[in-house]
Amino acid sequence: MQKTLRKYFPMFVLPTLIAFVIAFLIPFLMGIYLSFTEFTTVTNAKWVGWKNFDILFFGGKHIEGVTSGQLLLYGKVSGEFLNALWFTVKFTVVSVLTVNVFAFALALLLTKNARGTNLYRTVFFMPNLIGGIVLGVLWQLLFNGILSHWGKTLVSDARFGFWGLVILMNWQMIGYMMIIYIAGIQSIPGELYDAADVDGASGWKRLTHVTLPMVMPSVTICTFLTLTNSFKLFDQNLALTAGAPSKKTAMLALDIYETFYDRSGFEGIAQAKAVLFFLLVALIAFVQLYLTRRKEVDR
Amino acid sequence: MKKWLALLLTLLLSLSALCAVAEEPVEIYFLNFKPEIASVYEQIALDYEAETGVHVNVVTAASGTYEQTLRSEIAKAEAPTIFQINGPVGLQSWKEYCLDLSGSAFYEMLSDKSLAVSEDGAVYAVPYVVEGYGIIYNDAIMEKYFASANKATEYTSMDEINNFAALKALVEDMTALKDELGIQGVFASTSMAAGEQWRWQTHLLNLPFYYEFADMGGDTILNGLNAQEVQFSYGENFKNIFDLYTENSVTDKGLLSNKTVNDSMAEFALGQCAMVQNGNWGASQILGVDGNTVADEDIKFLPIYTGVEGEESQGLCIGTENYLCVNSQVSEEKQQASIDFLVWLFSSETGKAYVKNDLMFLSPFNTFEEDEKPEDPLSKEVLRWMEMDGVQSVPWTFAAFPSEAFKNYVGDALLEYLQGSMDWEGVSQVVVESWMMERAL
Repeated sequence: MQKTLRKYFPMFVLPTLIAFVIAFLIPFLMGIYLSFTEFTTVTNAKWVGWKNFDILFFGGKHIEGVTSGQLLLYGKVSGEFLNALWFTVKFTVVSVLTVNVFAFALALLLTKNARGTNLYRTVFFMPNLIGGIVLGVLWQLLFNGILSHWGKTLVSDARFGFWGLVILMNWQMIGYMMIIYIAGIQSIPGELYDAADVDGASGWKRLTHVTLPMVMPSVTICTFLTLTNSFKLFDQNLALTAGAPSKKTAMLALDIYETFYDRSGFEGIAQAKAVLFFLLVALIAFVQLYLTRRKEVDR
Repeated sequence: MKKWLALLLTLLLSLSALCAVAEEPVEIYFLNFKPEIASVYEQIALDYEAETGVHVNVVTAASGTYEQTLRSEIAKAEAPTIFQINGPVGLQSWKEYCLDLSGSAFYEMLSDKSLAVSEDGAVYAVPYVVEGYGIIYNDAIMEKYFASANKATEYTSMDEINNFAALKALVEDMTALKDELGIQGVFASTSMAAGEQWRWQTHLLNLPFYYEFADMGGDTILNGLNAQEVQFSYGENFKNIFDLYTENSVTDKGLLSNKTVNDSMAEFALGQCAMVQNGNWGASQILGVDGNTVADEDIKFLPIYTGVEGEESQGLCIGTENYLCVNSQVSEEKQQASIDFLVWLFSSETGKAYVKNDLMFLSPFNTFEEDEKPEDPLSKEVLRWMEMDGVQSVPWTFAAFPSEAFKNYVGDALLEYLQGSMDWEGVSQVVVESWMMERAL
């Protein structure tokens, strides 16, 4: 068996490998290459070295023969990137906390063997099956309907857009995370709770000393998923506010998209933004994985 | 090992077989800009294939995504052979892909050669439609107002409205009588939703810049293209008309941020308002709406008056931002086939019938006779204003705007102005600064 498996191993791997190379590896490498070029179409690029990154980090002041108008524009473009980064970080912190707290609380409630548990699980999971653009448009209608009582809309104030996005993200992600937490809670052996009861542990102690440590693997997965998803959020952002007012609610992905399409000649800079974006997400995800993994209990 | 080799060879063989199939006779690929008439183009393609045997592949970019679609399509092996740019600014992005059309039969058909986009003696893009915009008004509601016993103005017909002061007096009195007139506001909603702001940050902004560049003497678009900086000296005029729109609107100022162009056109079609700023392309959006209450003969145009001295002789804004280009990087047969197709579309009987009846284009080609112009009410109004004595049409100076980002910054600023988080001073500053920065590209 082992031998046959080894013999046919390449054949079984091949289709996936081809798909991976075509749909991931090649575009990824091309993306990195393009961040060092100026281009209009991806097959027709001109190498410019670190220029695009210079523009993002230093507002382009190391470029030879740069004019004062260009410096202002480059400064603005890198400023917009920083604003979007700060908005994204704020959004990510708030939504990672809220999504996980609510999802865990729901998971606790729905593992109590009450009537109708399955129905509730289904109901909470359902928003996850709807696409981001549709969700964005639906919630835009809902929020605008409520805010119109005060003569405002979702884009009257950047704070409205921020909390609108947080609510939308919660609504969409809680159900999915809840399912993961439920699976985690259900796999905790009953003997642990019996032992806790014998020791006279209260409900709170049972939660913090038995349940929580035992679901740490789920916490790792859920924080990873919410963190990366919040950071990379695009559809919902585009459909809900599209960055209005004045790009104050634009997240990183939307900012990159707009840099790419709004001016000719800025495709390379947008690509450089995208490469930085990738590095950032990868770094944060690794740090988070490392930190939460340490808390996991060996069974 | 042998097995592997055999497998690999079969794979290669099937791949090369696929390639062989892909080699086909000359085919035209037309990347269409206007989604509202996509189905007409598909019909045209069928007719053309039936007549000449040449297959025309029509692909339409979704609204507002033409640049994105063109960028990805043109990088493919089967690239568009005919595509479109929006004027001299768009040419800068696509020059490498634009074939020099000078001397081609298609360019020769153009009646006014100065309309084409050319650079250094080469003609890169030819316009295929001339459009006009202004304030569309519903004559039935105006007549009702003129006949009213309660009106406070002296005006008795729209012919007397020929400057901003008159327009303002008229509009404000109409707002006072809006219940009697059965409207919710004089103007349709000023659409400020994302992607729906072009009527203000492009079309309305055209007027102050037209006057600013006209003051320099010479062609306003050329002046604009050369302007490294602008004064926005007619900014107050822009404010005049923009305030008039928003203060006499169907919708409350604070709620305009979720209104779309479709909303505004529907309001006009349903008779909820008397006026809306838009162009002759909007005819189908008025006539085609369910529950439309506006009769064809009641749809009229008024120039956009902003309070500039001597504006009594100002006409509609007439121009184009639809230019066709032939891809210079496809095979010569394909280039020639593309040109043949365009010539056929704008000069053969079948083609011209489509252009007039279904595409409803006012075409700038000399192949069209007087009685072959489109017959929708707004196109007829555009022609009426173009031919009126003593009236000067305003060109589309916005072709000189530095970039899409410039327009978006202005749109953002206008939204903030409406919501009260920015004063007019701030808007002017955004216009001046963004122009300078975007021009520095």
